[in-house]
Amino acid sequence: MMNYFPDEVLEHVFDFVTSHRDRNAVSLVCKLWYRVDRFSRQRVFIGNCYAISPERLIARFPGVKALTLKGKPHFADFNLVPQDWGGYVQPWIEALARSRIGLEELRLKRMVVSDESLDVLSRSFTNFKSLVLVSCEGFTTDGLAAIAANCRFLRELDLQENEIEEKKNHWLGCFPDSCMSLVSLNFACLKEINLAALERLVARNPNLRSLKLNRAVPLEVLQRILMRAPQLVDLGTGSFVLDHDSDDSETYRKLRATILKCRSIRHLSGFLEVAPRCLPAIYPICLYLTYLNLSYAAGIHGSELIKLIRHCGKLQRLWILDCIGDKGLEVVASTCKDLQELRVFPSDPFGAGHDAVTETGLVAISSGCPKLNSLLYFCQQMTNAALIAVAKNCPNFIRFRLCILDPTKPDPVTMQPLDEGFGAIVQSSKRLRRLSLSGLLTDRVFLYIGMYAEQLEMLSIAFAGESDKGMLYVLNGCKKLRKLEIRDSPFGDSALLRDVGKYETMRSLWMSSCEVTLGGCKTLAEKMPRLNVEIINENDQMEFVHEDSQKVEKMYLYRTLVGPRKDAPEFVWTLE
Amino acid sequence: MSPPLLSAEEEGGQSNVSLVSSSPTMDCISQSGSGLKERNYLGLSDCSSVDSSAVSNSSEEKSNNLNLRATELRLGLPGSQSPEREPELCLLKSGKLDEKPLFPLLPSKEGICLSSQKNVVSGNKRGFSDTMDGFSEVKSSMYTEGNWMFQTASDSEASQSVGQGKFSGNSGMNVALSPRPSGAQPAIMKELPTKVLQQERPRGTNGTSHNPKTASNNNNSAPAPKAQVVGWPPIRSFRKNSLATTSKNNDEVDGKPGPGALFVKVSMDGAPYLRKVDLRTYATYQELSTALEKMFSCFTLGQCGSQGAPGREVLSESKLRDLLHGSEYVLTYEDKDGDWMLVGDVPWEMFIDSCKRLKIMKGSDAIGLGMYIFCMSASNMVIIHKILMCNC
Repeated sequence: MMNYFPDEVLEHVFDFVTSHRDRNAVSLVCKLWYRVDRFSRQRVFIGNCYAISPERLIARFPGVKALTLKGKPHFADFNLVPQDWGGYVQPWIEALARSRIGLEELRLKRMVVSDESLDVLSRSFTNFKSLVLVSCEGFTTDGLAAIAANCRFLRELDLQENEIEEKKNHWLGCFPDSCMSLVSLNFACLKEINLAALERLVARNPNLRSLKLNRAVPLEVLQRILMRAPQLVDLGTGSFVLDHDSDDSETYRKLRATILKCRSIRHLSGFLEVAPRCLPAIYPICLYLTYLNLSYAAGIHGSELIKLIRHCGKLQRLWILDCIGDKGLEVVASTCKDLQELRVFPSDPFGAGHDAVTETGLVAISSGCPKLNSLLYFCQQMTNAALIAVAKNCPNFIRFRLCILDPTKPDPVTMQPLDEGFGAIVQSSKRLRRLSLSGLLTDRVFLYIGMYAEQLEMLSIAFAGESDKGMLYVLNGCKKLRKLEIRDSPFGDSALLRDVGKYETMRSLWMSSCEVTLGGCKTLAEKMPRLNVEIINENDQMEFVHEDSQKVEKMYLYRTLVGPRKDAPEFVWTLE
Repeated sequence: MSPPLLSAEEEGGQSNVSLVSSSPTMDCISQSGSGLKERNYLGLSDCSSVDSSAVSNSSEEKSNNLNLRATELRLGLPGSQSPEREPELCLLKSGKLDEKPLFPLLPSKEGICLSSQKNVVSGNKRGFSDTMDGFSEVKSSMYTEGNWMFQTASDSEASQSVGQGKFSGNSGMNVALSPRPSGAQPAIMKELPTKVLQQERPRGTNGTSHNPKTASNNNNSAPAPKAQVVGWPPIRSFRKNSLATTSKNNDEVDGKPGPGALFVKVSMDGAPYLRKVDLRTYATYQELSTALEKMFSCFTLGQCGSQGAPGREVLSESKLRDLLHGSEYVLTYEDKDGDWMLVGDVPWEMFIDSCKRLKIMKGSDAIGLGMYIFCMSASNMVIIHKILMCNC
């Protein structure tokens, strides 16, 4: 019946299908739908930049306006992937620039971006509106200056946790006076900023909704900025300190008065430097906050955090440091009844543990916040009993990531592995999509995961398991698995090779410090030509020892339509 | 294969399940159908309490246990040890989460001995041994437990400490009596280090050579013997760097107040070593005194001023005077001018602004300095009271 509608009608219907996965499904229904989707698709998500080439993207989706690209594997975040592994955005920008694509939005994660790429980007797309860079590297503030200067309709510049070399230029001043379209600006990851340019920029951009400052912005400037932009919805403070010497009572009073006028703030973050006695100034905002990120605020200690949290009754997402302690989490549990996402980061990952959190805090949270669906929890210890209780209290987990700082620690009460606890989580949260394990774990936990985690898409394993069976349970049972990353676990060739076809249903597999051998990887590469099996071998300065029995230090494999990549460095060997 | 316990308890709705601390049934279920080897890996079969089992590779089990016998630290009630383990201590797990801190140590002429009148340590704590004379043989192993923040592991404990070093992470740096075990799980540690150790070095160098930005952070506050596992805990370098920058900015040379930590030395008469506390982690004198009490209680006598009552009762003047004339302690500090002052007179903020170091003096010395009890504020009396309290 749909065949008799003109394409425009189909297009209109497809407009309502917004998730990437649903659009992908739509395109598989029939040739007509494939064609209509192809020409009408504006937003494209590419989870692995090496799975496809820019030319093929442009050929299939000539109307693309918004592109998301991801580069390095996730474990690159933790220094497991050497520098220069890859993930360069340059070929993409060049290809898009050569074509007649009207790119408007670009979102990059874990990619290497150069100043030249940013320059080409800024000049090639007249309607370019939004640039979001997450965990990227390779560029300097010169590249930012190009973006500021040339993108006349820029609405969003969002720099999250990038490694940016800062030059002496005042890139912020490169925004022309005519630029009045900014809605979102985040430069929290920079160390310096031109304050005068910042104030002028804020003054002439009345549509600014999201502003995240860096630690170079002092409290006085923040106060003036807030005066200019009381319409902000999302605020990241920079430095929140008053010098003892300066005339602080006046500034503080002004700050308090200004904040009272900022009735729209719903997201608050920053506090990269903070004097806790200034915190009461933000209490009036706390009432309306739905997202609070204090995970960089190392200067706020437990008791002050608790006082702050007591004002935040509407919080839905909370990112915090573990200095809040179990007691503080109990306060969160009793105050933030709408809490859906909690992330507790370690304030001192290698140091003393006296401020940290344990299973007690997590159980309290689960007890008080039944809507919890996303968790990242760094803790000193965890027990099976606690996990079982959490599983029961919160059956809605979509993301569950537990990191016990001592990665092979058993349940300290029973000295058992944590198999049962995690088993309870996967069994109870039927919509679980992402899981990270830690603690002492045997093959049993993987059996549970294979049995119950039907929606699981991403699994991170470290120092866990006893035999190949563990990995096999997961590969066999988790039908929706897309990303599997394993380190320091005793899984070897027999697990790797049991079901080679599985890897074409997944985006990628990472295995480091496991038991897989070169021979096993070679076999896999031979059997599966549409996988790139990359061996990362940094140890051998000399030639690879081509012993098939040799264990592989790091292996990263991913499905691809374009064969081995041509930009691989010397220490990456793509098996054929 | 038995399903996890959860299904057995399904109640068809969400109920707020509070933590049940020890669940022997859970252990049984997980053990019964598992085919895993049950191994009482701490060798606690003689102890009254424990029903622990752990998984370990069968090939290494025997060697693990053999290695461990000599090094394991077990705690238990006085009199609960089996005779052949006279110098060793049983780990007692009562499963209670509300543990009372242990104050096992008496001041002694040299080294540290144990008092015999202390409370049971809960399962969550693997802190101090709580009995035993003639403890000096295991003194070194206790220290490698990490609870005393001694970072020099003795050679005889090298294997255990290496294992700890790999994976104890920060837990080994616990302040005395913090309720978290140092994570020494020797049997488990042994499985992995044999594999990880071989790979540790190359990974370690890779970690530092390829990521110079983060190399400086890896050993921030980590003591020398602890080897860091590359990429663990899994925190983005950016976040690690950022927190490191913040704390570096805040640790001013002269302890000038600023956001962030404010560490001052704390000494105690008769103690063989000093401690440091971060004054910014406390908001009141009460918190500080509680923390100091915990930190230094091992050096206090086994007698209590008032038995077991954690309340705020103010002792009578005469009782306080008695205590002061005894060998009890008061808390003093050195201010910016170099004068020794009694803690508690000024508002907290002013105190941390001017405090350079702390000293727990013997009461008799304090009186000798002219700080007579009648002149003290009420907060001081509470402080003294708290310091003198030892949890029997």
